[in-house]
Amino acid sequence: MEKTALNTDIKKEQDKAQELIKKQGLRVLVCAGTGCVANGSMQVIEKFRELGADVAVLSEQDKMTTVPTGCHGFCEQGVLVTIPDLKVTYVKVKVSDVEEIFESHIKGGKPVERLLYVDPMTHNHVMDDEHINFYAKQTRTALKNCGNIDAESIDEAIAVRGYEALYNVLEENDPDKVIETIEKSGLRGRGGGGFPTGRKWRFTAANKGGKSYVVCNGDEGDPGAFMDRSVMEGDPHKLLEGIAIAAFAVGADEAYIYVRAEYPLAIKRLRKAIKDAEERNFLGNNIMGTNFNLTIHIREGAGAFVCGEETALMASIEGERGMPRPKPPFPANKGLFGRPTLINNVETLANVPVIILNGADWFNKMGTETSKGTKTFALTGEVNNTGLIEVPMGTTLRQIIFDIGGGMREGKKFKAVQIGGPSGGCLTEEHLDIPMDYDNLIKAGAMVGSGGLVVMSDKTCIVEVARFFMNFTTNESCGKCVPCREGTKNMLAILQKIVKGNGTMEDLDKLEELAEVVKAGSLCGLGKTAPNPVLSTLKYFKDEYIAHIKDKKCPAGVCKALKRIVIKEEICKGCTKCARNCPVGAIEGTVKNPHKIDQSKCIKCGACLNACPFKAIVSE
Amino acid sequence: MTDSDKKTLFINDIEVEFDKEKTILEVAKKAGIEIPTFCYRPDLTQFGACRMCVVEIEKRGIQASCTMPPEAGLRVYTNTKKVRKIRKTILELLLARHDRECTMCSKSGSCELQKYSQEYGVTNISFEKIKEEDLLPIDTSSYSIQRDMNKCILCGACVRACHEFQGLGVLDFYNRGYKAKVQTMANKNMFDVDCVNCGQCASVCPTGALTVKSNIDCVYDFLGDREIKTAIQFAPSVRVALGEMFGLKAGENSVKKMYAAARKLGFDLVFDTNFSADLTIMEEANEFVQRVVKNENLPIFTSCCPAWVRYMELKHPDMLNHLSTAKSPQEMLSSTIKEFVPKFYEGVTKENLKVVSVMPCSAKKYEAKREELNGQTDVVLTTVEFAKMIQAEGIDFKNLKEEEANSPFGGYSGGATIFGASGGVAEAAVRTAYNMITGKDLENLDIVPLRGVDAASRSKEAVLDIQGKKVKIRVVSTLIEAEKAVREVKEGKADFQMLEVMACPGGCINGAGQPISCKDSKIKEERMEGLYKEDKSLPIRNSHDNPEIKKLYKEFLETPGSKLAHHLLHTTYSDKRKGSYLDLK
Amino acid sequence: MTELKSSIDFTKIDKILSDYGYEKTNLITVLQKVQEVYKFLPEDAITYIGDKIEGLSPATVLGVATFYAQFSLEPKGKYEIKVCDGTACHVRGSLPVLEAIKEKLPMENGKMTTKDGLFSVETVSCLGACGLAPVVVINEKVYPQMTPEAITLIIDTLMKEEGR
Repeated sequence: MEKTALNTDIKKEQDKAQELIKKQGLRVLVCAGTGCVANGSMQVIEKFRELGADVAVLSEQDKMTTVPTGCHGFCEQGVLVTIPDLKVTYVKVKVSDVEEIFESHIKGGKPVERLLYVDPMTHNHVMDDEHINFYAKQTRTALKNCGNIDAESIDEAIAVRGYEALYNVLEENDPDKVIETIEKSGLRGRGGGGFPTGRKWRFTAANKGGKSYVVCNGDEGDPGAFMDRSVMEGDPHKLLEGIAIAAFAVGADEAYIYVRAEYPLAIKRLRKAIKDAEERNFLGNNIMGTNFNLTIHIREGAGAFVCGEETALMASIEGERGMPRPKPPFPANKGLFGRPTLINNVETLANVPVIILNGADWFNKMGTETSKGTKTFALTGEVNNTGLIEVPMGTTLRQIIFDIGGGMREGKKFKAVQIGGPSGGCLTEEHLDIPMDYDNLIKAGAMVGSGGLVVMSDKTCIVEVARFFMNFTTNESCGKCVPCREGTKNMLAILQKIVKGNGTMEDLDKLEELAEVVKAGSLCGLGKTAPNPVLSTLKYFKDEYIAHIKDKKCPAGVCKALKRIVIKEEICKGCTKCARNCPVGAIEGTVKNPHKIDQSKCIKCGACLNACPFKAIVSE
Repeated sequence: MTDSDKKTLFINDIEVEFDKEKTILEVAKKAGIEIPTFCYRPDLTQFGACRMCVVEIEKRGIQASCTMPPEAGLRVYTNTKKVRKIRKTILELLLARHDRECTMCSKSGSCELQKYSQEYGVTNISFEKIKEEDLLPIDTSSYSIQRDMNKCILCGACVRACHEFQGLGVLDFYNRGYKAKVQTMANKNMFDVDCVNCGQCASVCPTGALTVKSNIDCVYDFLGDREIKTAIQFAPSVRVALGEMFGLKAGENSVKKMYAAARKLGFDLVFDTNFSADLTIMEEANEFVQRVVKNENLPIFTSCCPAWVRYMELKHPDMLNHLSTAKSPQEMLSSTIKEFVPKFYEGVTKENLKVVSVMPCSAKKYEAKREELNGQTDVVLTTVEFAKMIQAEGIDFKNLKEEEANSPFGGYSGGATIFGASGGVAEAAVRTAYNMITGKDLENLDIVPLRGVDAASRSKEAVLDIQGKKVKIRVVSTLIEAEKAVREVKEGKADFQMLEVMACPGGCINGAGQPISCKDSKIKEERMEGLYKEDKSLPIRNSHDNPEIKKLYKEFLETPGSKLAHHLLHTTYSDKRKGSYLDLK
Repeated sequence: MTELKSSIDFTKIDKILSDYGYEKTNLITVLQKVQEVYKFLPEDAITYIGDKIEGLSPATVLGVATFYAQFSLEPKGKYEIKVCDGTACHVRGSLPVLEAIKEKLPMENGKMTTKDGLFSVETVSCLGACGLAPVVVINEKVYPQMTPEAITLIIDTLMKEEGR
């Protein structure tokens, strides 16, 4: 294929950008992701800038620049401040700490020990990312730049090879070869289903000729997952580059990024990134001097989980209710506005530039037989280190929870991990060592989903977790098809009955039967996967359901209705305080004699528990 | 055994050939297997919501047959244990939230939910059932349509019909998940929104959620009152559909049995709206010719369809001058009967005469209540209501001895009978207009380009050469097509001089008052063929040749458009915008 | 033409509609902009939009507005309290926080806004700030790691600022 002469020299641009960064001197990276902003990172940045204005006093470097970055992923430890030249990461930094960091470490060369991360296992202070297990055990490709560059500066993106892959692709001018590379890389959709990305591109490209679209699915609705948000906030140019490469490959000249309205910062940064990229001619008309044109629009979602489903998302872009449409026709044939459309999620597209740069072989060396590359997970729940992580496919749950996650919080006992959000399932101790990839997880009754990982201890009630997810899908069901609309509602009703202690064993059978119908009969992915949390917990934790039904007990002590509040006679002094605090008059007793709770009247509000000065009242 | 160009798949292990069928469901139908469905309607977009039509396909698992295209070699099973389990559960889930007082429901007997529940043996509902206190009030505000949301199963057929046929969106989904409902804007009464009463929502509704209002009781009151003389009239398209309710084939003309049934039911005078269809042609063709001569208010819009008239009044009140002022055939006949019957029939007076019309239409019920029309038509029944009366009386319709209508006001031409299909009014009008201008009849009375009731024929045109002058006629059915034509007129781009509009797809043969036909597109084609067949077979095919019409003009009306004709046979229109922002207070 | 007697300033809505080309596909954006103006979607505004955009009807616009959680048909409070009930927040106790808010701000049955119009309360799905769970957002400001006590204190402060 003939090479085109582009009017942009990406190497020169890179040199220029790197020069600019060098001129910044000592770079102080302050996380400005949603989490850290909530913890006050803007004030921290301001303070650093105020102090750094006095440039002469700095050690070694003659200048200091404070850089607001995207999300580091370690949100719980925010505000995170990283100074790469000093090989240090400070955690939980408050504005009042800034002066000390500046004086002691930046000027004086002496690290501020109290602001260093403490390893939950060894209790040692750890200086930098390389030694913080949370980071050290990860392999970051999609998230590589998140937290290391100023997300709002296109120069910083260019300095770390931003738009180089697009440049290469345009120079080569062979869309088919791009698709081939993606196919060979083994990349699969990161939004949940795991459909081979290259194949999707091939299908869409087969309909080249008229108008086609690329749609980037940034409607990250899984409660508990935020990797797409991190990419959009932390490295928006990588996403734009991925979209541009995809559009070039499938012959589209218009793209939409559908972003949840709950992510205002991501929307703001993407808008700026698009504007900057257009100014540099990395987007817009005649990109880099070629005849490739691409306009990228942003569409804000309006709060509907089902819009993560691709046909619902397209309906939403078209201004309609986000109700899924039957497939076929598939979007590759008839998608947005009835035209051939490629839909990929944010993380998938963020993997594209790095695959183009490093080659398909580099990518498919990572991961397992059927699932290549890395995957991001949002690790939350009862682990010490919560946050966003990226690991090679095939990493085990044990590695994630106990190495990266730093083990169980407060020494609690591991019970289960819920993976894949409302579409996923619960896995147990016995699954800790299976290599996690698309197929193994499906086999185990869960799914990668968008990668939410909620770690649960013996203090978490499995039935309540199933109820929580069922409640979520019931509320988020679009209401179009009968199995999902009516089925999830009735499944929820049964689960509510059980957590309230009113369930019967027949209910359990009914629940399982209904789950199978909803799974097999629903129109779209939401309904087809909605019963997963129930089915997987029924499979692995049936005893816990039975305990709620037969023994009227919640083994984890979570379900309020099954709780009993009792007064320990031997401790009660008969002070009457509890009886006076009881809002429903359920406590009887006379002064100086042990009191008693009438269980039929008790509403389990816990007022007596708090009121008792002798700790004689307990909940069991 | 298959030729290379023949494609086949297997349904329950039986090899079935397929060709143009778009879905597995259609292929199965061809093979004689009717897969149950609520939301699949061949004339509407695919929806895939009710999931009743699921089938099991080898290597593909459970699939909805209404959206799955056929592929060669597929092995489809329509009644596996899993499939039956899903269908039965769906029925149970729907019934749990349904007002199950079936015996009191007007859809009882033709309700698909009821039918399938019986077929699948749903005898017990194991889910939480709707409580009586949670039932919503029934909306009876409209003259044409009753809305009972306690019967709605959210199949979305009505929503699609209102959008896709009429472009109105009077009904739409509200909320989501299990809270989803189908409703009007802010759940206002149907009377208070921009509904044109076409009733297509009701004709695609599988349950009793949307039904055409019944006025049968009122008719029985008339029939039971010895002081009252009752006259009945039948719209053109009723004759080719009524028989379906009694086991006759769609399109089979049962007009003379229909007259006989009416007399059996006790009607004193049996007339035919076809007579006034001829009268309408005389007035409308004359009006058309006058407008062409004066070159004003062109193109002329037909005014037979009350849903279309209301649409104009709601959406384009600035263009009412285009509508023909001629009343619809129903109203022309009612006015004529009330005016002249007392002169012909002893014991009949204006006061004791009640006119009942049998229409294929729900909007006619509304039309009869239009202020401008002074209540000349006393009660409007639908084809289905009339059939129900026949059934209630135990009349053996199929074996009735044929009878004739009363004369005058019962005789008609072929031009009148084709009113029932989209394009028929225009064809009949052209036949007469041509004669009015040239004094001669068209050489070929069949204007084929204006015929056809399938989806592709919702907009059609014909050009005629009348004394060297080219006259272009546009015929549309559905208001979404009408809107396009009106736009052209508004923008000065219209090159046609006459516009015929019927709100229902295919015209009156597919009206909301007809027996259910929404699951089979062919039914309306068969009804249409029945009408054109009658046209062809009648000795008189031109409205202006109808001897009864000639007599009426000769003895009373003088000429079309005369003062008396105007007084009796023409009407007025006005801005009736409702429910729009202009209404906001 | 009938005189308009609505509390809605239709010129404002016309401005938004023309900014987005009266296009059906921009409906959701239009509704978002209208909600920015009124803090909710008044029924008259919905009717107006349904009449003005070709191919839409009031019922259809209402259908879209009620499909998405972001839109509200009733006025929201001066302070919009959003309690995240994503998985992470739920597991770490978002419900006790919500209960504390409801105790602090009693509301009429089925309503989400206090009588004085000062506060409205709703649960929202994951805000993506899972590391800070449980999270409460009040008018765009994120409050991390909430407890029933902490949120009560925050509301007290806001009430004091409002002189209540």
